[in-house]
Amino acid sequence: MDASVSFQARRPLITVTPHGLYCEPGGFHIDPWRPVERALITHAHGDHARTGHQRYLGTRAGEALLRRRVGADSHIDALEYGEPLKLNDVTVSFHPAGHVLGSAQLRIEHRGEVWVISGDYKRAADPTCAPFEVVRCHTFITEATFGLPIFRWDDTREVAEDILRWWDANRAAGRAAVLFCYALGKAQRILAELARLTDRTAFVHGAVQGLVEVYRDAGVKMIPTQLVSEVAKGTSFAGALVLAPPSAGGSTWMRRFGEAETGFASGWMRVRGNRRRRGFDRGFVLSDHADWSELLRTVADTGAERVLTTHGSAEPLARYLREQGVDASPLATQFEGEAED
Amino acid sequence: MRRLADLYERLDQTTSTNAKVEALARYFQEAPPEDAAWALYFLTGQKLKRLLTTKLLVGWTQELTHIPDWLFAEVYASVGDLAEVISLLLDNLERPSAPEELPLSQWLTQRLLPLRELDATAQREQVVSWWRAMPRREVFLLNKMLTGELRVGVSSTLVVRALAKVAGLPAPDVAHRLMGTWTPSKEFFQQLVSPEVSDAEHSRPYPFYLASPLEQPPESLGDLSEWLVEWKWDGIRGQLLHRKGDVYLWSRGEELITDRFPEITEAAKALPEGTVLDGEVLAYEDCKPLPFARLQRRIGRQKLTPRVLAEAPAAFIAYDLLEQDGQDLRALPLRERRERLAALLKHHPTLPLSPAVEASSWEALAHTRSEARERNVEGFMLKRLSSPYLTGRKRGDWWKWKIDPFTVDAVLLYAHPGHGRRSSLYTDYTFAVWNGTDLLPVTKAYSGLTDEEIGRLDRWIRAHTREKFGPVRSVEPEQVFELHFEGIQKSPRHKSGVALRFPRIARWRTDKKPQDADSLDSLKELLHASA
Ligand SMILES: [Zn+2]
Ligand SMILES: [Zn+2]
Repeated sequence: MDASVSFQARRPLITVTPHGLYCEPGGFHIDPWRPVERALITHAHGDHARTGHQRYLGTRAGEALLRRRVGADSHIDALEYGEPLKLNDVTVSFHPAGHVLGSAQLRIEHRGEVWVISGDYKRAADPTCAPFEVVRCHTFITEATFGLPIFRWDDTREVAEDILRWWDANRAAGRAAVLFCYALGKAQRILAELARLTDRTAFVHGAVQGLVEVYRDAGVKMIPTQLVSEVAKGTSFAGALVLAPPSAGGSTWMRRFGEAETGFASGWMRVRGNRRRRGFDRGFVLSDHADWSELLRTVADTGAERVLTTHGSAEPLARYLREQGVDASPLATQFEGEAED
Repeated sequence: MRRLADLYERLDQTTSTNAKVEALARYFQEAPPEDAAWALYFLTGQKLKRLLTTKLLVGWTQELTHIPDWLFAEVYASVGDLAEVISLLLDNLERPSAPEELPLSQWLTQRLLPLRELDATAQREQVVSWWRAMPRREVFLLNKMLTGELRVGVSSTLVVRALAKVAGLPAPDVAHRLMGTWTPSKEFFQQLVSPEVSDAEHSRPYPFYLASPLEQPPESLGDLSEWLVEWKWDGIRGQLLHRKGDVYLWSRGEELITDRFPEITEAAKALPEGTVLDGEVLAYEDCKPLPFARLQRRIGRQKLTPRVLAEAPAAFIAYDLLEQDGQDLRALPLRERRERLAALLKHHPTLPLSPAVEASSWEALAHTRSEARERNVEGFMLKRLSSPYLTGRKRGDWWKWKIDPFTVDAVLLYAHPGHGRRSSLYTDYTFAVWNGTDLLPVTKAYSGLTDEEIGRLDRWIRAHTREKFGPVRSVEPEQVFELHFEGIQKSPRHKSGVALRFPRIARWRTDKKPQDADSLDSLKELLHASA
């Protein structure tokens, strides 16, 4: 972009306030963590979409999930991807982030200066959501959940095949295969990836099923699912694949499956110690966030002259970018970096 | 190499002991004996004398991946395992889609061992070319071998069980054949699993007789005069054999630990041949046992330097005589075995007899039991004097009467990072009890939580930090833990005025609120009980 140097002298378009990221000339917050009047929401994950704001603005594709998350009575307006909206002195638009259904990056333009807030994003193909779109900008606020060079994702199809092989091996041994994963996004992505390989039914935890229905309504093709709690008492789960959020692990909920192997699908499973520490039999490296090379590629693709980093490894990513000659610094936010993802 | 990587993966992916033995047995059955010999070499914890410095490996990795020093340090801190960090970073390089395969033994003899003869430039050329041609999980194993760190995380007991299964031999025979130094070769492995057994016969211990915990009142056991009462020593239960000129020291886990205790081996050589003692290996000094932690530290040491030996001198305290002049005595009543044992050991002052505790009544004995903590023992062993030496845990004749630990419910106040591999986790904790309306720190504790709990607590700590003081974090006073400890003393050095002995975490009381935790006053009441 042919940006002029004079932007540097102005007040930053977005600042961190006790309520969250704030755009003063637009009069709104982005993914705020304390109640505000006007909140622009990148996606429906808990650390981005909190309850209690007076007015919400999000994407059309993510509206149903957002409503589930913040309550049916909330005041929610929605925009199509790419549809511009003028708010006071600025123009905003949402662009696909490829993270989960309806997830977006937020583009904010103010007197010729463009900022993009990535929200959470990934570059790998995902049958459950629109693919990431590169948006050129002057300042790019990027997530850095997996901002270390040890994080590198294998081809999703290979991971899905691994999961299926694991399911089959447990089936052959007469065991249940209980796969823990983030209930919003990851679970549906697994079910959709498996649909390329099989049409067997998977069992799901209640926290997963409601969200699966939202995805089905959005036209995402997944293998059939059945609620664990709807299965008659005493039915054997031998040979079943069960998807559940990590919080269900170790609880009495697990007991019904009898002999079972456990797995966890998460980017954190890239590191052997993370799996061992949490006592899972299998770890499947599958993340809805960008890996190291995707983060670097995206920063380059946006053409941003300034990069601000949030989540997880914000510091090391910013420092590495600085050493590569990019004006980068970490931004202190309260995004948690999705410990389960 | 691929076969070893498969085995490693299978062992790594299960917590079931049987599945591990299965996987090992299948490997030993299928692998060519010359490869199996090398796998066994690593599985039993042996290491190649270091071929390269880790510093070289780190440097080459950084050159290949353009990772600066600080970033390497950062990823190392978050992974905690050098071989793994390197294999993860190298994964960013292009790899051939069909990697080459070379059998393990050839990897060792043709590639790794010859590295020693090369200079650093040639070593670099070799290692880098391997890195570029191997799949990630094999790079990981290769790095582990190069740095002499390949540990597979299975106990030697499991390895022995798997080999015994493959060979169709009793486990003690296999364990014996694995003793001492051996060269990993085709011939060695074939001999190891050959059915010819005579050489192993005389090393074999008797199955141990184990005591059951006493849950009923001791009075119900009848007349005290029919019982032998001994201190329950806190060490490693073992059998000491002297047969045909050889000494064997077996732990209860059927592990041969002869080499770990040269002073005991030396003492046993003076026994007549054809003698088998049952007893306890203790850290022992000036006729007194030392705390178990001292023995543990010694077991953890790879090399038995004179300093290690001096820090925790060991002795074998004899309980029982199972064999004399080559005769199996186990059917004799304990009274008679014990008399023979006492007579035998009279001439062997370096092999102390576990003393009988004298008391006039059960009640008097219960009183004496309170001395147990001071003596670094766990309580009493009660053995019926008329009992034969049975096998396994048969209830009725042998009981252990343990002292209960003290307990306190305390609130987690501070968290400290662990060391080494655990340095990226909060594993050390400071706990507090109520003093009026304040929480007052009383003790630190480290051990007792499972890895899963440590991980969960670590995440909780990060999400509920109040303040950071250097590496230490103060946390919201919300989590209650039940601590066990062995004693409490006045201590002017501590702000609380008391110091706990051997505090450890018994359980995470998620069912309790901080207000349910104990008070300093209730803790101080234990001062009398402890003294
Ligand atoms: Zn997210
Ligand atoms: Zn996030």
